[in-house]
Amino acid sequence: MLFNSSARNALLLTVSSTVVALLASAVPAHAATKTTTKATAKAAKKTTKRTAAVKTTKPGAPTTKPTVTTAATTTVAAAATTTATTAPTTAPKADPVALKGRKLVVYSGRAERLLKPIITQFEFATGVEVSVRYADSAELAATLLEEGDRTKANVFFAQDAGALGALTKEKRFAKIPAATLNRVDPKYRADDATWVGVSGRARVFVYDPRQISTPPKSIKDLIDPKYRGKVGYVPTNASFQSFVTALRVSAGEDAAKEWLTAFKNNRPVVYPSNGAVVVAANKGEIAVGLVNHYYLYERIAADGASNVYVRNEYPEKGDLGGLVNVAGVGILKDSAADPASLAFVEFMLGKEAQTYFAEKTFEYPLVPSVARHPSLPPIQTVEGPAIDLSKLDSLKQTLDLLRSVGML
Amino acid sequence: VNWSLPRTQHRPPRVLAVAAATAAAFAVVPLFYIAIRASEGGLSGIKTELWRRQTGQLLVRSLTLAGAVTISCALIGTSCAWIVARSDLPGRRFLAVALAAPLSIPTYVAAYTWLSISGISGFTGSFLVLTTCCYPYVYLPVLSAFTGIDARQEEVARSLGANRRAVFRRVTLPLLRSSITSGSLLVALYVLSDFGAVSLMRFDVFTTSIFLSYRGSFDRTPAAILGCLLAVATIAIVALEARSRRESGPRTARGAARQPNPSPLGRWSMAAWGLMALVVVTSLAVPLVTLAKWALDSPDAGVSFVDLRNAIVDTLGVSLGGALFTTLLALPVGLLAARYRTRFVRVVESASYLGHALPGLVIALALVFFGVRVATPIYQRLPMLIIGYAVLFLPLAVGSARTSIAQAPVAFDEVARSLGNRPPSVIRRVLMPITAPGIGAGAALVFLACVKELPATLLLRPTGLETLASRLWTETAVADYGRAAPYAIAIVLVASIPTFLLTTLSTRPVDRR
Repeated sequence: MLFNSSARNALLLTVSSTVVALLASAVPAHAATKTTTKATAKAAKKTTKRTAAVKTTKPGAPTTKPTVTTAATTTVAAAATTTATTAPTTAPKADPVALKGRKLVVYSGRAERLLKPIITQFEFATGVEVSVRYADSAELAATLLEEGDRTKANVFFAQDAGALGALTKEKRFAKIPAATLNRVDPKYRADDATWVGVSGRARVFVYDPRQISTPPKSIKDLIDPKYRGKVGYVPTNASFQSFVTALRVSAGEDAAKEWLTAFKNNRPVVYPSNGAVVVAANKGEIAVGLVNHYYLYERIAADGASNVYVRNEYPEKGDLGGLVNVAGVGILKDSAADPASLAFVEFMLGKEAQTYFAEKTFEYPLVPSVARHPSLPPIQTVEGPAIDLSKLDSLKQTLDLLRSVGML
Repeated sequence: VNWSLPRTQHRPPRVLAVAAATAAAFAVVPLFYIAIRASEGGLSGIKTELWRRQTGQLLVRSLTLAGAVTISCALIGTSCAWIVARSDLPGRRFLAVALAAPLSIPTYVAAYTWLSISGISGFTGSFLVLTTCCYPYVYLPVLSAFTGIDARQEEVARSLGANRRAVFRRVTLPLLRSSITSGSLLVALYVLSDFGAVSLMRFDVFTTSIFLSYRGSFDRTPAAILGCLLAVATIAIVALEARSRRESGPRTARGAARQPNPSPLGRWSMAAWGLMALVVVTSLAVPLVTLAKWALDSPDAGVSFVDLRNAIVDTLGVSLGGALFTTLLALPVGLLAARYRTRFVRVVESASYLGHALPGLVIALALVFFGVRVATPIYQRLPMLIIGYAVLFLPLAVGSARTSIAQAPVAFDEVARSLGNRPPSVIRRVLMPITAPGIGAGAALVFLACVKELPATLLLRPTGLETLASRLWTETAVADYGRAAPYAIAIVLVASIPTFLLTTLSTRPVDRR
């Protein structure tokens, strides 16, 4: 017999006591979680305290921050300290009396780690109780489309313009008032005022200087035989597909197909995510990767500057490979008259939030009065050909094209 | 209610039929949804999507992967079970647990770890990861079946002149057959629905294409059409399995089984050791060591202990709820499937398997679609998530319930009835003691699956609820292995509780007082 009875009893005893112990510890803790979620107002205060505490410790470890320049690093550290100390005293822009106690449901395609601190600041400044559902942008867009006008969401914060465009197309968004909208360059918002960009993300060539001395300047360079088998990309990634859409829209279907075919014939290496491309380039598996600009800084934050060898090279101005896509927000139709929803959008375009995105996620702030991170080139120099971001939802044709050349 | 009709063409009692039909109704909700969405494409849209060259290729790739993984899981699972149950290999007690442990590792975690240490990808990578994660679905029921086989049957065959090999082929294997096929069915359906491993390994199959359709074009119609095709494939596979079960050998009760003496391995012991080492290293050591390395490489990754604890508590809570509700739904289906053979029973049983082969995202969107329309009070609340788990994992519980109820022949009921027991008392005193371990094993399987589930959890959970899997997703979305590792390790630890329980239940000889 496999288990004699005493061994079996011992096993059962261990398992059951573990289960009992876990359940016992679980009950009060779970109850605590519930209360926290319900009493968000209280929780918001607590979290603010915690974030403040975290922030004040940040300057202590500036070495783990980006390679950039020392000056840049100190700016980040200094800015972090200022936000931490001044946040509670900042005068809220929206009328706190009217907003206090209101509830807001946000569907967010942006990662919780990146968004939560700024949500907390919004709650603190306005007294609005925010609950956020975090998931993938496209999956949330699909969810919102299935929910239709029965949705509980007031605001959709998406990772890319395509997801926002899909909801615009199904007429799910309300119009954002011009006063709010006009703070952002028309290039980075919907023509019909249904969504507005909050932060910008540029396409770059991440390259390994140990392998190539002169980085590529244009997507035309990538079809050169010297890059054969050495370029990494993510055909399934929304950012890459947006780039291909931009290529189609600006250069025409035929030119786009020609480039994609030549690129495919140069044996590029497929990766599951942008992050994986940067890791692969850093390991020397590939020489160049097609990614968004901030993945490099995420890598630096995770691994430390001394362990990251790769650099970003921005496509030269006007190159078809250049594209600044946005993460943006839209207000759902039934929340058109909801002051908390509008306050949220306004807050995201306010100085506090824009500075946060510039300094914490290394994205381009889209409100001109807020400065970009010093390690980034000016946004005007990295923009590709002029295209309408609203058209980035014409992904169906892009997918068909990618499939026809065998990339998907 | 007359619970104790023999396994015949008789019509099942109405109460039971209604209960089973309710369970099946939950499982077919996604089918209605994809049918509605697919029909939006119109006949021409459906035709274009179905006749594309890629659709055919995807079908071939999905079925090839499912076939290859299923066959290798059946071979590995059965041989491992034999070695643990019947051989004289030292360390079998440790192996019994270690071989079941990979069930607690989600495929996306295994795929991540393999990717980080090797260049393996494509078909090979998907095959490797899915095989190492899924073979316990065969190993555990077969191990349990071995424990239930009465050694005397084999001894009689030996005494009649059959050699060891002939005994295994003609006596033992037929007795194992239904366990092997029901385990293999779960493997096949799981492979069809898996997204994590294939997407990370960059092997394009049906599920990746369905996800791509949502992510890329925000167009729900092509995804739904592909989903319909997947559902058809599922029905075909389930029918195939049911058929092989009907042809399977005699169903004997576990009864008073006596275990045989261990078979000496002799010169084969090195080979057995080699196989065990290979299986344990690839399926358990590689993922666990890599995870540990990630965690140790970044000790100050800044994982909040409170977040981790809350995630563990929430995971335990929702998984327990999922396991209990799913088992409750599965019992009537299992009872019907074990005891009645009418067309109605066949339909109900097959229907209950549908959810398992559809990707979690499709199930989630189906429940979003119906939830927001007809179940508004529970939409984005805990009950919705629990229903989602039931739809996804019903087959795990149905299979176990059916197998264990089949172990209790109707004759037992009849004897108990003839001795003056009323049906409730028959259930309590005869049926329960025999079937409880198997049903418990099914519940443990569902619990495990819930712990690891991601796509449906993300969309159906109450706002703010964070399971370990959703936390892990958050951290890997920002490509931070150091912060992700503690959550991955916690998933494995939490999931190892039911795995441990499963092994104990699978090797527990029936009490025969």
